[in-house]
Amino acid sequence: MPIPPAPADLEGRLDAILADHADLEGPLLPILHAVQAEWGYVPPEALPLIARGLNISRAEVHGVVSFYHDFREEPAGRHMLKICRAEACQARGGLGIEAAAKTRLGVDWHGTSKDGGVTLEPVYCLGLCATGPAMMLDGRVVARVDKARLDALLAEVEA
Amino acid sequence: MSGLRIYVPRDAAALAVDAEKVAEAVLAEAKIRGIEVELVRNGSRGMLWLEPLVEIEKDGTRHAFGPVTPHDVEALFDADWGDHALALGPTEEIDWFKRQTRLTFARVGVIDPLSLEAYEAHGGLKGLRRALGMTGAAMIDEMKESGLRGRGGAGFPTGIKWDTVRLAEADQKYIVANADEGDSGTFADRMLMEGDPFSLIEGMAIAGICVGATRGYIYLRSEYPEAIHTMREAIRIARARGVLGASVLGSDFAYDMEVRVGAGAYVCGEETSLLNSLEGKRGVVRAKPPLPAIEGFLGKPTVVNNIISLGTVPVIFERGAVHYRDFGLGRSRGTIPIQIAGNVKFGGLFETAFGTSLGALVDEIGGGTATGRPVKAVQVGGPLGAYFPRSKFDTPFGYEEFDGEGGLIGHAGVVVFDDSADMLGMARFAMEFCAVESCGKCTPCRIGAVRGVETVDRIARGDVDAIPLLTDLCDTMTDGSLCALGGFTPYPVMSALRHFPDDFHANAKEAAE
Repeated sequence: MPIPPAPADLEGRLDAILADHADLEGPLLPILHAVQAEWGYVPPEALPLIARGLNISRAEVHGVVSFYHDFREEPAGRHMLKICRAEACQARGGLGIEAAAKTRLGVDWHGTSKDGGVTLEPVYCLGLCATGPAMMLDGRVVARVDKARLDALLAEVEA
Repeated sequence: MSGLRIYVPRDAAALAVDAEKVAEAVLAEAKIRGIEVELVRNGSRGMLWLEPLVEIEKDGTRHAFGPVTPHDVEALFDADWGDHALALGPTEEIDWFKRQTRLTFARVGVIDPLSLEAYEAHGGLKGLRRALGMTGAAMIDEMKESGLRGRGGAGFPTGIKWDTVRLAEADQKYIVANADEGDSGTFADRMLMEGDPFSLIEGMAIAGICVGATRGYIYLRSEYPEAIHTMREAIRIARARGVLGASVLGSDFAYDMEVRVGAGAYVCGEETSLLNSLEGKRGVVRAKPPLPAIEGFLGKPTVVNNIISLGTVPVIFERGAVHYRDFGLGRSRGTIPIQIAGNVKFGGLFETAFGTSLGALVDEIGGGTATGRPVKAVQVGGPLGAYFPRSKFDTPFGYEEFDGEGGLIGHAGVVVFDDSADMLGMARFAMEFCAVESCGKCTPCRIGAVRGVETVDRIARGDVDAIPLLTDLCDTMTDGSLCALGGFTPYPVMSALRHFPDDFHANAKEAAE
């Protein structure tokens, strides 16, 4: 599991991230993406610092973090598996892939396998609708997924 | 053999089926054989069942092979890229490709998406150069004449929207490209951004010059990492080459733009919610009026257009509005990139003039289901689109024509289901999706979707008395929601109920027996 950042590191890195985004119109989403890229989630300790940096309330920052599916309020597993639940993938057997992944990882949606290896998240469309079922493993898209391909990919990251 | 030019797509749909490994295998095999290869990473030709589709240029003609696995590469070299089981003949002679009218997608799959030279060699920047010599009013006339309507699904005339922004007085105006393509069954925006990013840049620059906007944003969903990468790279190149910046192509006009990445909220495809998100707020829908054209991004006049609308602008200015307008049917002018997806044999991007019947798209072009079973239903227009039964397959593809049949074309995604589909399950999923993605602003959507799931579950348990309740709830959602998420979720739900009643009565019958 990722280790929460030490307060000094957090403040230093956050200052740099805030400075990088100082000239943007509407900078909050890019800042949150940068924070998540840095730590794998948006550490709660970061909220007051971002709020101060943008001169908005902490509640506003929290409101934005909690609104979007992408932003995590706690660390994820070492790997992130997103499986498409949308209609086009369902039409191509997606439900079977969802079930197989849940069974293999021993989790439901949003869960992380016991060893902290893989977090399972739903995604609603990866734009691979003619070659489904589709999924994304650590930012890499995979299509024409069948049970064998799912098992092979998970074996790869679990190794 | 020497000096081979080989094309291996870099479109996400190809990468997702190992195109990268195929490209590596091509280079490795060429090295072993001492053959000089120029490897071009193009976009996708759109025949997605054939991906990875590899092309080789011979005497100026491109020949296709697919679907190619890394293991096939050695044998393809052995066959001198000629007679091989995967050979498909000249790419543009493949019937599925040949039947199309490619205007918006003319360059996609043809060129290296990040080569500005190739873009210009294929007609790129001609539209922008022409636009630079026109007045704003003349550009609006051109847009109106073309008949182009919003390809995101709403179908609002693009020229009228631009004119509203053009006539608004403000110190700053914006062009916002809506690349939050969240509808299941759609991937045209993704393919255009990955396969011909300069066309979007050119279209946005023309829009900016027309309405007097010097800044633009592409709001691009995070689920599209390849598109984000390609667009950012294309913008960097365009800026370095003077297409973007303080003096667009050496003119007195300034226009620049950047990519902003979404964060996984479907509702941000709705334009007012998108603008809030772009401003760094929760993606909550705004009440209209004021229209974004008057008070949009940061309260300034803003053109918010779909990627396909903006990506079509260059060809309208290059070839003229009349050329574009002459394709189509009724009030649906020009071409539409239809995305044929789901359980279909030949799925992909098929750009054609409006007017093709749904049945022709599914049966003839799509070749029926991939599983070989009968087609049961087709969902057109994404998760908020209606399910069409076979009896409606003669509906021509057009805005008004689909509306007349209780549906919508949306972003032109067509998702095919075979007879194993459980339409009650699909109705439940529509409500569940609405509950997950609702921004929470209005009650019919926020609460209604949750109650909708519960009501469908009651029906599933055999409680037929819940059917009128579901109908009533759908009426409330339709009439009482601010945006299309709550307002259109009843389309899939009610069309499933109306056209496939047996799926809703299955357990009721058993209970009666």
